[in-house]
Amino acid sequence: MANSDQTSAAVEWEIHGDESRLRQVLEAGHFAVTAELNAPDSADPKDVYANVAELGDVCDGINATDGSGANCHMSSVACCALMARAGYEPVLQMGCRDRNRIAIQGDLLGAAALGVRNVLCLTGDDVSAGDQPEARRVFDFDALHLLRTAQIMRDKGVLLSGRKLTTPPEFFLGAAANPFVPPQDLRHLRLAKKIEAGAQFIQTQYCYDVPVFEAFMRRARDMGLHEKVYLLVGVGPLRSERAAEFMRSRVPGVHIPDAVVDRLAKTPRKGKREEGIRICVEIIEAVKQIEGVHGVHIMAYRQEEAVPEIVERAGILREKPKA
Amino acid sequence: MGRGTVSSFAESKRMPGSEWFKDRPRLLEGVYAGSKLALRVLYPLLKRVLPAGFRERVFVWSEEISKGYLFNCQMCGQCILHSTGMTCPMNCPKNLRNGPCGGVRQNGHCEVIPEMPCVWVQAWQRDAQMGRYAGEIQLLQPPVNRALQNSSAWLNLLEGVDAQRPSGWSAIELE
Repeated sequence: MANSDQTSAAVEWEIHGDESRLRQVLEAGHFAVTAELNAPDSADPKDVYANVAELGDVCDGINATDGSGANCHMSSVACCALMARAGYEPVLQMGCRDRNRIAIQGDLLGAAALGVRNVLCLTGDDVSAGDQPEARRVFDFDALHLLRTAQIMRDKGVLLSGRKLTTPPEFFLGAAANPFVPPQDLRHLRLAKKIEAGAQFIQTQYCYDVPVFEAFMRRARDMGLHEKVYLLVGVGPLRSERAAEFMRSRVPGVHIPDAVVDRLAKTPRKGKREEGIRICVEIIEAVKQIEGVHGVHIMAYRQEEAVPEIVERAGILREKPKA
Repeated sequence: MGRGTVSSFAESKRMPGSEWFKDRPRLLEGVYAGSKLALRVLYPLLKRVLPAGFRERVFVWSEEISKGYLFNCQMCGQCILHSTGMTCPMNCPKNLRNGPCGGVRQNGHCEVIPEMPCVWVQAWQRDAQMGRYAGEIQLLQPPVNRALQNSSAWLNLLEGVDAQRPSGWSAIELE
């Protein structure tokens, strides 16, 4: 464990009931850690808490996915409400695949009422990626419409129609970025547009290719974007080369270089899990040095128990303010 | 649909020769600008000669043929082609109006329709070759007005219908 001085430094941020704690951590200059909750296929709240248990102590925010990979799980609003009730800091992932604009605005209000302060606005994986590809895709909005609409509700206190809200929601708004897929040399423009639409923090897709990410950050810095948004780099441990192959071929938008897959393939079977964690820790250490990176977002699908170990080994457990 | 494969989508069916035109966005934007000017001049006359219902039909019919062939137009009724590299964003299976999603494949093809190049990758490439409308691709496009589906984009443009925004959306735009 990190020494106790460091631990106490980070818990000192004041808790304002109505404000995003994730935002406070970032504004205080801490290196933030968020992680992804594996939303259960269950109607039992205990299953949410079981998955959250490993993450709560080491994370500044926990993302509840919204039918990730177009597979149905417990809804993100419900997962977030359960987490908020137990004192965790939830990040609501909201995609545009399954709801039209009426449902989106209703869910945003409902989530805010249930204590959700962070919203990650996504387009969403297509229905064809999941186990019910015959479903209708909605995509009434795109991620930028969602961002701007949430911003309008918060800042103007109205719905998109112009109808007034009695109490507007208080949101810290986030968006995703994927620097690792084409057109790589233009991805920073999409980031700029998302910031314009209201994004205050960014969580990226899995980063396994640090040079590509560095190039993306260089272009983003040239536009001054690193000063306008908090950027958390997506990382995650790979269990084996087979898991890596599956992810890069079946999960939309995941890019894993051959070098990483080969490294896992060359590792003896017993050491693969450890090697996957080591790669993840190395990537965190590398991206942490890049100007404009404000934290990491750990997506350890079905490996939640590895998250505390990763956080500790990467030396980012409740670090002191940067400046 | 039937077979349940994504390949049966209309979006993946592109007309022979249309890619040749789309790869010349400068030519197309010239045609667009010219048509816009001509229609603005002629519209008062057209309005007098053609009754409203018939006018809509003539326009819809001609747009289905011309834009259908060139852009695989989906008749959203609020054309933004000149702001998207003369590449129709409604061909994107996710209907994205503001740039590519994070699911683009490493070969630059669509997440949903693997044999189709990503609409937005092409749009960005073509935008870079454009003249008078270059850079408009960075404009934040408002949500699609679904009520305009299957109506004439040209008439909506001439009547100013396509420029209308939800009142909440305008509240921020006006700042």
